[in-house]
Amino acid sequence: MSSNSLTSAGASGRTGDKVFSGFALGAGALILLVLFSVATFLVVQAAPTFVANPSEVAGGEGFWKYILPLVLGTVIAAAIALLIATPVSVGVALFISHFAPRRLAQGFGYIIDLLAAIPSVVYGAWGVAFLAPAMAPGYQWLADNAGWFPLFAGPASATGKTILTAGIVLAVMVIPIVTSLSREIFLQTPKLHEEAALALGATRWEMIRMAVFPFGRPGVVSAIMLGLGRALGETMAVALVLSSGPLIASLIRSGNQTIAAEIALNFPEATGLSLSTLIAAGLVLFVITLAVNMLARWIVGRHKEFSGAN
Amino acid sequence: MKALSFGRSAAVAVIAAGALALSACGSDNATGTSPSAGGSAASSNLTGTLTGTGSSAQGAAIDAWKSGFTAANPKVNVQYSPDGSGAGRKAFLSGATQFAGSDAAMKPEEISQSKTLCGPDGAIDLPVYISPIAVTFKLSGVKELNLAPDTIAKMFRGQITTWNDPAIAADNPGVTLPATKITPVHRSDDSGTTQNFTDYLAKAAPSVWKDKGAQTWPSSLPGENAKGTSGVVKTVTATEGALAYADDSAVGGDLGVAKVKVGSSWVKLSADAAAKAVELSKPAAGRAANDLALDLNRTPTDPSAYPIVLVSYHVVCTTYKDQATADLVKGWEKYVLSDEGQKAAAGSAKSAPLSSSLAQKALAAVEAIKVKS
Repeated sequence: MSSNSLTSAGASGRTGDKVFSGFALGAGALILLVLFSVATFLVVQAAPTFVANPSEVAGGEGFWKYILPLVLGTVIAAAIALLIATPVSVGVALFISHFAPRRLAQGFGYIIDLLAAIPSVVYGAWGVAFLAPAMAPGYQWLADNAGWFPLFAGPASATGKTILTAGIVLAVMVIPIVTSLSREIFLQTPKLHEEAALALGATRWEMIRMAVFPFGRPGVVSAIMLGLGRALGETMAVALVLSSGPLIASLIRSGNQTIAAEIALNFPEATGLSLSTLIAAGLVLFVITLAVNMLARWIVGRHKEFSGAN
Repeated sequence: MKALSFGRSAAVAVIAAGALALSACGSDNATGTSPSAGGSAASSNLTGTLTGTGSSAQGAAIDAWKSGFTAANPKVNVQYSPDGSGAGRKAFLSGATQFAGSDAAMKPEEISQSKTLCGPDGAIDLPVYISPIAVTFKLSGVKELNLAPDTIAKMFRGQITTWNDPAIAADNPGVTLPATKITPVHRSDDSGTTQNFTDYLAKAAPSVWKDKGAQTWPSSLPGENAKGTSGVVKTVTATEGALAYADDSAVGGDLGVAKVKVGSSWVKLSADAAAKAVELSKPAAGRAANDLALDLNRTPTDPSAYPIVLVSYHVVCTTYKDQATADLVKGWEKYVLSDEGQKAAAGSAKSAPLSSSLAQKALAAVEAIKVKS
């Protein structure tokens, strides 16, 4: 490297290089250190739960019996959020990147970014004060007319504070994240690909299907996974909106609970073993989030070769 | 222009200082009437930082006490963090704080643990804050109902499911009750309010309510929940036919409040009635002489007592290791227990002031706080 004439700009350039590489290395090491510290803290603090007498752990039947409904509740809420948010976000992102007039698109983009900056407690307050009462008659209708379907089994919640409402609030929170990232990715589709598709006689929708989607797929998957991370870890909005209870299949009855909300609700008055149990629940959420991220990496990696970008 | 504006702000400052001086006079006068605040004139030379953690129910009251106490003792800094009762007692017993706020009195093992920190007499519980708990409901056209303990327990357990149930109608002649479904709403977070309410049900309706009083609502029961007192009140307000229990201070608007059956009469919730029920309670058994933990009387027969109350305590040492801390704690607790302090809490947190006999006992206990010799 020192023999390269391009780097012989003088000692100052080399110092800058060293400082920068040191800084980058430090930043990288720091993030690992933080992650490692958090994991260690969780494991150490959670340990008493795993060795405790099962009858003393919350629920009286041991930690795994306690955590399983919470894990499923977390997954259900996040799944509802993503089922709603993904098509909407991709649609909005496509509208901004390929359909809207330029000036409208810009304004629209700002508004979406603004949505991402609203604190979750505001979404929660909106959910509990406006959305839940507004949804209650709908749930009643579903229970009356589609009650044979396990997901809509009655009796419907009179307050509307159900896992479905929580999922919808989460979807609203996830939409700006997925939209912003997807839009940036769609905008980067090579112009040549798009023009080639159009020149071959493709309609605009066909062009998007043939040129934009294959190119953007890994990026959109990453965006969805980031959104999923927020949905899994969201605490305040769920704690406010959801009327928690035991695990049930029906989405329109009060019941179910997510890990993050369970921790937030019980942490303030928890001591001793109940505190350890909550931290152990946090550890489980940590593991789930890690697993989701690894899965996302794997999906992105697998699709890279077919993306059409190369 | 500049001079003018300066003059104006100076005038404001003078007026503010005058107001401060006046209010200071006011509190001095108040000290004459109650022996409690008698210390406050002398305690104006208190200095230092007083730290406490604990009950979040006391949060608003502590803020009021803090501003009142530091106005009289400008060199004192009071810090309180509403981390929860259990956490508060734990921090206190570890020596990290000088007092704890707690919605429940210390457990026996905590008392024995406190002896290492607070000397042979251990720590004591001082009742400082009484909050009546309302049984509230949203039923259009109905603002007041007579509810017997058994009826309340059955409604919360899902054994009475509609508002026009004969059990409710029998106690409310002349009230037109709709056939609306009852939606019981409880706290989703652990809370002293839940503990006191379930304790009341367990003692006043033992044939229906088989669970013991606990911070966590029994999870096997049907019903909906919401986070915090404000969440419960919001949910009830938005749901026709909802029924809940909540700190009285938060209940308002078009919510109805139940009159509860005590003995053979119907008692309306009021600060005086709540204080009366606390006064009728016996001291908890097996406590040190100055420990004023109460065994709350949930089944009084006096028609002027409202038994669904939350009593919150301050946990303090009987012996502190140095004079400055002991003086600080004494000054603070004297202010909290004084008429002035109780009125300040009633004003901002809408709590029920302590009855004077209980306040006198608590003040005597505070007076007995000493320094390790």
